[in-house]
Amino acid sequence: MSSNSNGAPKLKFNTGWDYAAAPESKSHIKLKDRYDLFINGKFAKPSSGKYFETINPATEEKIADIAEANAADADKAVKAARNAYERIWKKMPGAERAKYIFRISRMIQERARELAVIESIDGGKTIRESRDIDVPLAANHFFYYAGWADKLSYAFPGRVPSSLGVAGQIIPWNFPLLMAAWKIAPALASGNTVVLKPAETTPLTALKLAEIIQESGLPDGVVNIITGFGQTGADLVNHPDIDKIAFTGSTEVGKIIQKAIAGSNKKITLELGGKAANIIFDDAPLDQAVEGVINGIYFNQGHVCCAGSRLFVQESVYDIILRKLKDRMETLIVGDPLDKNTDIGAINSKTQLETINKYISIGKKEGAEMYQSSCPIPGKGFFCRPTLFTNVAQSNRIAQEEIFGPVLAIQTFRTDEEAIEKANNTPYGLSAGVWTDKGSKIFNLTTKMRAGVVWANTYNKFDPTSPFGGYKESGFGREGGLHGLSAYLKV
Amino acid sequence: MGKTIEKKSTLAISENGLEKTASKKRLEVLKTYKIYIGGQFPRTESGRYYVATNNRGEQLANVCLSSRKDFRDAVVAARNAFKGWSARAAFNRGQILYRIAEMLEGRKAQFIEELIKQDSSKAQAQKEVSVCIDRLIHYAGWCDKYQQIFGTVNPVASSHFNFSVPEPTGVVAGVAAQENSLVGLISTIAPIISGGNTCVILASETKPLCAVSFAEVLNSSDVPGGVVNILTGKPSELFSQFASHMDVNAVVYCGDDALIQKEIQQKAAGNVKRVLIYENVSWLNEKGQSPYYILDLQEIKTTWHPIENIGGGGGGY
Repeated sequence: MSSNSNGAPKLKFNTGWDYAAAPESKSHIKLKDRYDLFINGKFAKPSSGKYFETINPATEEKIADIAEANAADADKAVKAARNAYERIWKKMPGAERAKYIFRISRMIQERARELAVIESIDGGKTIRESRDIDVPLAANHFFYYAGWADKLSYAFPGRVPSSLGVAGQIIPWNFPLLMAAWKIAPALASGNTVVLKPAETTPLTALKLAEIIQESGLPDGVVNIITGFGQTGADLVNHPDIDKIAFTGSTEVGKIIQKAIAGSNKKITLELGGKAANIIFDDAPLDQAVEGVINGIYFNQGHVCCAGSRLFVQESVYDIILRKLKDRMETLIVGDPLDKNTDIGAINSKTQLETINKYISIGKKEGAEMYQSSCPIPGKGFFCRPTLFTNVAQSNRIAQEEIFGPVLAIQTFRTDEEAIEKANNTPYGLSAGVWTDKGSKIFNLTTKMRAGVVWANTYNKFDPTSPFGGYKESGFGREGGLHGLSAYLKV
Repeated sequence: MGKTIEKKSTLAISENGLEKTASKKRLEVLKTYKIYIGGQFPRTESGRYYVATNNRGEQLANVCLSSRKDFRDAVVAARNAFKGWSARAAFNRGQILYRIAEMLEGRKAQFIEELIKQDSSKAQAQKEVSVCIDRLIHYAGWCDKYQQIFGTVNPVASSHFNFSVPEPTGVVAGVAAQENSLVGLISTIAPIISGGNTCVILASETKPLCAVSFAEVLNSSDVPGGVVNILTGKPSELFSQFASHMDVNAVVYCGDDALIQKEIQQKAAGNVKRVLIYENVSWLNEKGQSPYYILDLQEIKTTWHPIENIGGGGGGY
């Protein structure tokens, strides 16, 4: 065994043994060549007649043609939702609404494997994650909110809440089905009808969800799903008969939406970007912390708004943490999202890969020191090696701006106060992580982080009962838990 | 009120033997109406003023016409005060709100007089001041309770302890109601500071007198300097700064001007401010108070921590 410059033993991974490929089968999935818009319970052709391709980012091959909705289609969808709201959904007793939502949850569970595979081929995320996280959480989210439908007044002491009407919902490409569930489930439970627009690179699982919804017998028009690009989203946001906008995506677009609806009576919730600090103290369980940092930034290729993209390490353990991190990075397998051994799948799109690469070169240009694992990456498709930067200054763009990829910026600190100050020195405030063995220090730190979700000695955990959402420029409103209801109710 | 003072002074003078009769009327000392920033009472840095009048057009006072710079100074004061105020024990905040009510109770007469000067009838003025005092008591009680109403422990499926608590949004800039100038002002400020936020509030333009006097009450009530900053001036000059300032976390607008509402919402997008519009709220009745006004300016923070699960768990009873 050789050793590092600091004398610590160096782990060797080139043992000559490779993992045999363990791909998940695609044989059981059912996909059409072409998908239309889901409006008023039926699949309808787009009025423009235009379609766009959705591709597999791991192979760059086309999967299907997807309808592009224009303003006329958005109008049809909103009318269908309004009609369903006035005539059926708002009058239906909560207990009955609940049973529809429970049913959708069960049907997602039944088709979990198919949805997981489609999620992986359409978005590039690893099958392990889509199978174990995205799809089960999506089903659970429906199951959780279904139960609220007839219990809403218990959530708001002293008040009788009422539904808003038609909700326009725009979701991102990083957790396509899960975000659809986060949006649709609480809206329906609260008695609203919805028009949902999935992201253009990942429309398939939302359209599969449309099939499930059709099959579930949910009254026509209660859920409408229209696909398209940013313009389709804008058509929805600007539609005069929308009562509520729920958007998950970048802070940049969130600001545009907030501005666009000014002066209207549309209620709004925004789940925007983040630049979370993950803070390791010298008394932390270091191996667990390293696992948490790896999960924090490389989970879902770093396409996570709450990703722990800034790491703060207490100076006294910096060397050892850096060595352990690099060792752990070496073991990560980048490649085929459908392979069950894969840790890091494909970057969602060519555009996103370009953004990530742009930030990597900015980081180098600004004087930070880059390290990437030496793993092989496939020749085709969009891939990026796990990357970290050291010698990062607080003012560096890689420490300030959201990259949305597997790129970690590492800084150090000496005192608790310094860690708090540096961690909060960002316009974002979505999430944070703290690693220490001392309980009182955990609570000191978690209380002082200006962020909506704080993970202590863990990271990137999600649950339907647990509210999620940001402070400051990371948006407002919560999704999940009891608090997620108020986004869809007049209280 | 004025009469009592005259009598007393007459008496004092006679006892001193300086004046045998009370023939001379004592000259009233007029108050300079200043603004309230960081626990101090400066004049506006701009040197500008406007004349507050009553409905009959009588001149009541020269009032500071606050500038954008005054607002920026006030935001700095509010930001500096936020760390300490938000970290105060909730119980302590409750005590301080109660103290404000005590101080207001003691100076009731002055506020009634000012309201009457500003066109309230005596009965109206008495009622408004009583509501204000009671409202402060109401919110004093909420300071350490809304967390229990709006916080949750979340039964997550994994082996984690998970809970959500409300935390203050930060620095709030607010335009208080034009009518019901005192109860509107206090009903806006109380839920903001009960919840641990700090604020900069623009008083009613047409009826600003009570707001300045209320700043004096705050100043003698253990409210740390900078927690509440009160400006007088024109909403039309300042609201857009309130909405665009990058170190303000939320804007409250009490009013029904649709154009102002729209512009506030547009400019607020610059740093994703929370915007609260309170339109047609009857601040004088029960609807003017609620823990939901506190919740409006709270962020929900959720904290996760693993629960050790050796041997697969199971009840350990």
